[in-house]
Amino acid sequence: MIIEHRHDLTWMMQVAIDIAALFIIAGLVLTTVRLIRGPTLPDRVVALDLLTMLLVAFLTLFALATGVNAYLDAAVVLALVAFLATVAFARFIDRSPQSKEDATK
Amino acid sequence: MTGVLEGVAAVLLVLGGFLAFAAALGLVRMQDVYIRMHASTKAGTLGVGLIVLSLVLVGGESSVVGKGLAIFAFIVLTAPIGAHLIGRSAYRCGIRPWSHRPSKEDSSR
Repeated sequence: MIIEHRHDLTWMMQVAIDIAALFIIAGLVLTTVRLIRGPTLPDRVVALDLLTMLLVAFLTLFALATGVNAYLDAAVVLALVAFLATVAFARFIDRSPQSKEDATK
Repeated sequence: MTGVLEGVAAVLLVLGGFLAFAAALGLVRMQDVYIRMHASTKAGTLGVGLIVLSLVLVGGESSVVGKGLAIFAFIVLTAPIGAHLIGRSAYRCGIRPWSHRPSKEDSSR
């Protein structure tokens, strides 16, 4: 049991939530590997984007498992902020003059 | 009826989790930032979307359903735009798309 369930869930939902949580945790680990290793800056930005999307999925899973709806608010806010961060990073890559030399390394 | 709904939601959860894992696996194993973006954006969007849809199915209260649909719509709308922006700026700052180059033994041809 990975997430502390609420007690009125059926066994089917409990098993499904545990499997999905395992998959998402493995995905978070793999995405962090790419975030650390990523040879160029756009690689890291893509990894950061997927990291926040996986976190949105995990927060939704938490809201489903525990029945606490505040997790869902956090998921909405994280989905909004992730898009802004992606746009800002894309602008940053476009504008920074030294990114041309860094990217070809 | 609720039993059927919960079964569908459980299947959606497992499928969504698997797709999210596949997106992360593609991010690690692919060769190039453009191919990695292809894996992470498409599979990642569908994975998160399926998990949110399963919450919408069994959520019950209207506020939960509304927030779930809002997350789904927002992710489906913004993931292509973000991927497009990163891809364009990566291409502009000089990262060439990966192509299969022949190895040194083949280069004599």
